[in-house]
Amino acid sequence: MPPATHVVSTDWSRVQLHVVSGKGGTGKSTVAAALALALAGAGRNVLLCEVEGRQGIARMFDVDPLPYEERRIARGLADRNGSAGVVHALHIEPEAAFLEYLAMYYKLGRAGKALDRFGVTEFATTIAPGVRDVLLTGKVYEAVDRNARNRNATRYDAVVLDAPPTGRISQFLGVNAELAGLAKVGPIKSQADNVMGLFRSGRTAIHLVTVLEEMPVQETSDAIAELRGHDLPVGAVIVNQVRPRDLAVDQLAAARTGVIDAAEVTADLTRAKVDATHEMVETLATEGREHAERRALEDAQRALVDRLGVPVYELPRLAGGVDPGALHELAAELRQQGVAR
Amino acid sequence: MSAPVSVPVLDVDALLDEPHTGIIVCCGSGGVGKTTTSAALAVRAAMRGRKVVVLTIDPARRLAQSMGIEKLDNTPRPVPLSDEAKGSLDAMMLDMKRTFDEVVTSQATPEKAQQILDNPFYVALSSSFAGTQEYMAMEKLGQIHRQAQVDDSYDLIVVDTPPSRSALDFLDAPERLSSFLDGRFIRLLLMPARGPARLMTAGVGLVTNALTKILGAQVLRDVQTFVAALDTLFGGFRQRAQKTFELLQADGTAFLVVAAPEPDALREAAYFVERLSDEEMPLAGLVVNRASTTSGEGLSAEEATAAADRLLRTDPASLTGGLLRVHADRARMVAREARLRERFAAAHPRVPTVVVPALAGDVHDLDGLREVGRLLAGTHLDG
Repeated sequence: MPPATHVVSTDWSRVQLHVVSGKGGTGKSTVAAALALALAGAGRNVLLCEVEGRQGIARMFDVDPLPYEERRIARGLADRNGSAGVVHALHIEPEAAFLEYLAMYYKLGRAGKALDRFGVTEFATTIAPGVRDVLLTGKVYEAVDRNARNRNATRYDAVVLDAPPTGRISQFLGVNAELAGLAKVGPIKSQADNVMGLFRSGRTAIHLVTVLEEMPVQETSDAIAELRGHDLPVGAVIVNQVRPRDLAVDQLAAARTGVIDAAEVTADLTRAKVDATHEMVETLATEGREHAERRALEDAQRALVDRLGVPVYELPRLAGGVDPGALHELAAELRQQGVAR
Repeated sequence: MSAPVSVPVLDVDALLDEPHTGIIVCCGSGGVGKTTTSAALAVRAAMRGRKVVVLTIDPARRLAQSMGIEKLDNTPRPVPLSDEAKGSLDAMMLDMKRTFDEVVTSQATPEKAQQILDNPFYVALSSSFAGTQEYMAMEKLGQIHRQAQVDDSYDLIVVDTPPSRSALDFLDAPERLSSFLDGRFIRLLLMPARGPARLMTAGVGLVTNALTKILGAQVLRDVQTFVAALDTLFGGFRQRAQKTFELLQADGTAFLVVAAPEPDALREAAYFVERLSDEEMPLAGLVVNRASTTSGEGLSAEEATAAADRLLRTDPASLTGGLLRVHADRARMVAREARLRERFAAAHPRVPTVVVPALAGDVHDLDGLREVGRLLAGTHLDG
């Protein structure tokens, strides 16, 4: 029997931390941003965090690079009455998180500077493997579980984390369990236990973004098993970049088997005022066949995704690329599919 | 589909056939088909007569299967190629922990090695913490290269770099290691473990106290024991990392930057191209995978959409209308990707480029990898 946190639910209203991961190239950052917009309904504050130093949020929302500071970045997706909440963004830098952590928990003044001078900050943030992840997850924890130590900070209804890719996600979220094992006692141990407590609770949901291709779907399935093995709560699978459905089922079959009536297509093209050369008819038939082949593969992968036993959401591929307008479009899709109610 | 006219074309076959090419490093951000590209290059080189080993990092089982191997691990395994093959191919996958263990046992006395292998920090560092992969990939590459020099086992090593947070991590690993080993922090950690703290300055005391406060005395002691135990390895470690770095700068190495026609992947590729030139690393060229193509350039996306609308208005089930929409979508993708590549080429006009069309299906077997190899070489039919 899987533990209670594994029960599949499509009600995310109690989730405070949405972690968005996915194989490289599947568009997880885009999905994280769209999710933040979708969750920021009327009267709701959402924080969107990034931890990979890419300034992806700034690029997507077309603003200047973000400092280590929570900034209002966009209005959420408006509801039917036109009211919406606010999306804030935070670019988490390990160096700043380290110094902030020292100041907040240890009141290290002069000693903090000395640590920096001795290369401890550099060691902790760039060289020592894993320490970086501890700092990044620690800051995410702080943003979700605001306490008296950070008295004047904004409290958020939800935090969306644009997380590392699926290949690294269990390691990233589990780093505090590792740390708790190493530290055994003391302040680090209790802090690590608190972070793991949040990540393993029903207040967290880890969503996985995939596209309908074999490797990403396989990796998603592997990641779900791995996350569950670490007692980390899997949320939904978000199928991204779904091809437009321009051909009906019987048309796909015709396109695949090549039984397209060239004379009919030629006549249609002429009627539609397109230069109906032999080459153009050939091209349309070939592209139709390739599209049908792709669609067949996508349908097979989609069936596999449905068998993963988690809620599934779908987002279309946008041929024009992603800009702030497109993010709102995707957010609307997510909300329409019931992500935020 | 070819790159814009002004961009030089990357001649993959010339690169593979050049006997001086001893190492090919494929780098790029995650999800751009780097592992498949590495495998396809290795297969093609072996078919053309090279004695190849491909070192992959990504544990994709499907790739192992596509090369006819059940499981990839730290030992090179022969890939069964067809009779036409003029060379040979071995494949292996980096096992971080095993590689790290090997380094420890080869460098320290058995007693000391055991002490290190049992330390809780070593266990965490070598197997599960992030970042170690890059160091170990460099280490493994150095190992294979040294061995090949001695026994002539391979004349070409194809390396697939780790799926890093940033593709640049791979290049930074050796230098980061060196700066760490030379750093004050390590000396600080080693100081108390080496005996009485007679030379403790005020600053050192402050730092040690702060660390004790944060970590707790027990953890700090564990760390110090671990660092002291590793101290003996460090000299050899650094020397080898430095050698591998020099190896990467040498003439026999060729870097291939792999990207997909997406803004993020191309941005990462641009950073990489700049870094390689800064470090005087030999850049062979850019591979743009998964490109959209169309042979119907004559009909633009807008024209196709307008025509489709005309047909679908009178007959919503019009097949021609649907086909025109499919074409419009493709034409839009092609135009967008061309724009992205042009932007890259404008900033880096001298980087030889090959554009690889997206396959309709996924790669499952050696034939699939050979097909990708043909596309990489720009020969669709034979080769």
